[in-house]
Amino acid sequence: MSFVSVTDVWQSYGDRSILERVNVEVDEGEFISIVGASGCGKSTFLRMLLAEETPVRGEIRIDGGEPASEPNRERGVVFQRYSVFPHLTVRNNILAGEGFATRWGRLRGAARRAGLERADAMLARIGLNHVADQYPASLSGGMQQRLAIGQAMAAKPRVLLLDEPFGALDPGTRIAMHEFLMELKAETGMTVFMVTHDLEEGFKLGDRVLVFDKPRWDPHDPGAYGATITYDFDARDGGIPFQHLKEAEDV
Amino acid sequence: MRHINRKPDRSTGVFLAALPFVLVVIAYAVGSEMRLSVNPQDKLLPAPSTIWDTAVRLFTQGDRRTGDILLWKDTWASLTRLLGGVGIAAAISLSLGMLIGLFPYARKTFAGFVAVLSMVPPLALLPILFIVFGLGELSKVVLIVIGITPIMTRDLAQRVLDIPHEQIVKAQTLGASSGVIALRVALPQILPRLISNIRLSLGSAWLFLIAAEAVASDVGLGYRIFLVRRYLAMDVILTYVIWITLLAFLIDWALKTLSRKSFPWMEAGL
Repeated sequence: MSFVSVTDVWQSYGDRSILERVNVEVDEGEFISIVGASGCGKSTFLRMLLAEETPVRGEIRIDGGEPASEPNRERGVVFQRYSVFPHLTVRNNILAGEGFATRWGRLRGAARRAGLERADAMLARIGLNHVADQYPASLSGGMQQRLAIGQAMAAKPRVLLLDEPFGALDPGTRIAMHEFLMELKAETGMTVFMVTHDLEEGFKLGDRVLVFDKPRWDPHDPGAYGATITYDFDARDGGIPFQHLKEAEDV
Repeated sequence: MRHINRKPDRSTGVFLAALPFVLVVIAYAVGSEMRLSVNPQDKLLPAPSTIWDTAVRLFTQGDRRTGDILLWKDTWASLTRLLGGVGIAAAISLSLGMLIGLFPYARKTFAGFVAVLSMVPPLALLPILFIVFGLGELSKVVLIVIGITPIMTRDLAQRVLDIPHEQIVKAQTLGASSGVIALRVALPQILPRLISNIRLSLGSAWLFLIAAEAVASDVGLGYRIFLVRRYLAMDVILTYVIWITLLAFLIDWALKTLSRKSFPWMEAGL
């Protein structure tokens, strides 16, 4: 059984059909890029993975568990903006990844000391230990997104969901963030879903690239049919996954 | 150069800021002088020197009968009512605003009710308050609370709703319960709004306080103004008005300073 299984998922808002018959199986540790035209439901799909929305039909299971009805610690998320808490310092933002799950939302005593050590280790890993006591507003966009990723990782989610995480960054910072994300992924082997509108980014980072599009189109009623996964590319080895296999057979 | 791009330098800025104040004082002094030269007994616009003498007397000399300095007694009574009313209003509007902003069930229950409540003119309720709560301190405090709570509640609820939804979702993915989201995400971000809210509401609070004191009271700044009105004691009235303005300004300044000191993250981005 695969790690994340999406079975016959439909979603619509009122009369407007957004997604139809979405089926996909994802193995643990895969990096899934989700691309598509704007308005094709890729963000809706991510919100359903997040359990922020529940599909009208079908179900999404993680590791065979029950379909979730609200966001929980299994699913970490990084949005394009507003993913960190502006009123907490950088260190406390990381600490919130552990502390928010407690009864009063804050670690105490020995647990807090241990948490602070882990937070500092995380800060060192994401390269933000020199700004640990600053507030997010004083960080650059790239630093804020690194903080958001570190905060999500601190909660040790089973699936990491990224909603156009680098969309608001300048090209140089974006490439640095790609490297950072690839390193993090290699270290942790986490399952990642990333929505992006940048095809190149999708193929560069993803093991698989899912393309969302509408297979049916009614020109008189654009909202009648929803989108679904029209292509499922294997993007490993620069999008030519079987080249080694072929070469091995030839010999 | 366009006028919108022309900025005064520092000394010009200070001069311009002081100008309206100086003009008002000069206009008053001239008007007062004109009236007093025609009729030295005129009580309507007492000379600035008379006001100063009255002010010194009011602040330092006790009542002939009791020995209490009435101005300080009035100030103490009024400030207790004002701060009591504003404090209670702040506590109610903060908790109700958080409930409405965070919980859909509370929103459906209270949002419409509070909106209608905020349309009731509070001063029209004053007779009812006097009948229900008597003429003592309670009715005055209640008037302030009723007067400013609904609008503060509506504004705070909106501020909670304005917190980006991404933050609320993010907190949930970190395992936060509703209570933790309220306590650690919404509350800290709403407290600076509460303070600016209080600053804006203080004007109305003073209005309601003085109205209530004018109608039925035996001590208080508003009471004293309306009492000496009968003797046309403009020097006393003007002293009290200036004193009230000064108090309001000091409270506002203190709240602004508190806000800046307590919430450094608000300005970190500037």
